Amino acid sequence: MNATTQHRIVVKDLNFYYGKYRALKDINLDIADKKVTAFIGPSGCGKSTLLRTFNRMYQLYPNQTATGSIMLDGDNILDKSQDLNKLRAKVGMVFQKPTPFPMSIYDNIAFGVKLYHNLSRNDMDERVEWALKKAALWGEVKDKLKQSGMGLSGGQQQRLCIARAIAVKPQVLLLDEPTSALDPISTAHIEKLIDELKEDFTIVIVTHNMQQAARVSDYTAYMYMGDLVEFGETSSVFTNPKRKETEDYITGRFG
Amino acid sequence: MFLHEARLKRQSLLDSLFRNLTRLAAIGVLLLLASILFSLVMGSMPAIHAFGFGFLKSPDWDPVNDKFGALIPIIGTLVTSGIALLIAIPVSFGIALFLTELSPRALRRPLGVAIELLAGIPSIIYGMWGLFVFAPLFADHIEPWISDHIGALPYIGPFFVGPPMGIGMLTASIILAIMVIPFISSVMRDVFDVVPAMLKESAYGLGSTTWEVVMKIVLPYTKVGVAGGIMLGLGRALGETMAVTFVIGNAHELSQSLLNPGNSISSALANEFTEAVGELYTSSLIELGLILFFITFVVLSIARFMLYKLGQREGKAS
Repeated sequence: MNATTQHRIVVKDLNFYYGKYRALKDINLDIADKKVTAFIGPSGCGKSTLLRTFNRMYQLYPNQTATGSIMLDGDNILDKSQDLNKLRAKVGMVFQKPTPFPMSIYDNIAFGVKLYHNLSRNDMDERVEWALKKAALWGEVKDKLKQSGMGLSGGQQQRLCIARAIAVKPQVLLLDEPTSALDPISTAHIEKLIDELKEDFTIVIVTHNMQQAARVSDYTAYMYMGDLVEFGETSSVFTNPKRKETEDYITGRFG
Repeated sequence: MFLHEARLKRQSLLDSLFRNLTRLAAIGVLLLLASILFSLVMGSMPAIHAFGFGFLKSPDWDPVNDKFGALIPIIGTLVTSGIALLIAIPVSFGIALFLTELSPRALRRPLGVAIELLAGIPSIIYGMWGLFVFAPLFADHIEPWISDHIGALPYIGPFFVGPPMGIGMLTASIILAIMVIPFISSVMRDVFDVVPAMLKESAYGLGSTTWEVVMKIVLPYTKVGVAGGIMLGLGRALGETMAVTFVIGNAHELSQSLLNPGNSISSALANEFTEAVGELYTSSLIELGLILFFITFVVLSIARFMLYKLGQREGKAS
């Protein structure tokens, strides 16, 4: 990483425990601002766990704890005094499967915005349109904003979820295997979208698909068994891995 | 080869036999329903001929002069069930919410089992408990307070004045509420549990509080099931006999106050069938039964229709 890169998130000595099981081991990692960082590695390596520490999603469940520090904007995310709702307004998340809320397309987008801002009808209309355009969905849904979000196709639903996440204008967008439930064409849509979104947002993506990581990301972290094995610019990680384990994984020798 | 064919033949014979057996069972249910309805209608014919539609509006219940009307038990049934639901719905919602979202994992199972056990208690035990334990306590400590304080309020006051007898419409409603809470809350808990974790996480991920997640995501997602649970409770409350009979007071009097004794359809039936002499008396009771049948049928149909409409608006069949 060169010196001019700005870091949006700085992870220091992060350890994560499911009960007594140590799922992340002394992770140190910097996430570059307005770039795409991909976490790759075999199932159970801790990449999703790492992602879920960035918005403290693990907090919903008992017996899950994190130690160390994750700095975002000068605040330690892991700090007990951290306001979770404010944190999650800054760090949006999209999941493995599309999760449209049981309400209209419009209300899906407005849902998060309403939690923080009291926008006038007009401003809200504009915000919804802005988010849907950003997520490259506006053209397909502009005539049916009042219809249920559940009626869309899988790929459209996932773009709806991305639109919903960016409607609150977060700084960071976490994507947890966002295309694992989608067909190849929808996947291509989303990947193109990720490329456009990094102009405005810092994006962290967990993916099982190494080609996807190679296609969309600027930086790649390879994780194995809770360790961060290798981290660097995607081009060098994929073409010239420093570690034998990384090479074995990306050339498909295991995993 | 021959053996193989014989076995195939036997299997297809068994198959069709089985299919017809299940069909017979299904048709049997319909026949049973029709014949119950038929015998209720036939049994109430004398009363229908004697009183016509006036039966529904008349508060009379005079076995000596053979004058009968269903107004008081109908009101008693609807009012006690309605109040029971008013009490039971928020409490059940709280229980289900606590069990699914807030309770520590270690408490979930025991509490859930306790609620299911409550649902399994025979209704006569609720009745006895209501009459011997709850009613005296209610009369000594709560009813005087209700009468003094709520009874003094404008508009709703007249519903809450009266002698503190312990038994009456309000007591019956509360016992009914206690009886239906386990049903409603366990259905609510089950449907809250099926909300995908990822959907809730999505809402939390936008910065929602637990309350917002429940009100805006969990409830809309599960409304069909929640409404179903409430209807199950209502169905039980409308038809509940023994517990209500114990505590409602069984008085054929129309009074505004909920503290006064009243009557419900099912408790009138339970109390009076043995003493019903004369064709008209018996027939009037059977007609009461027919009315109860009708009320539950209408309530359930409305519920079905509402759910169907909701499902349609969502744009998906449910």
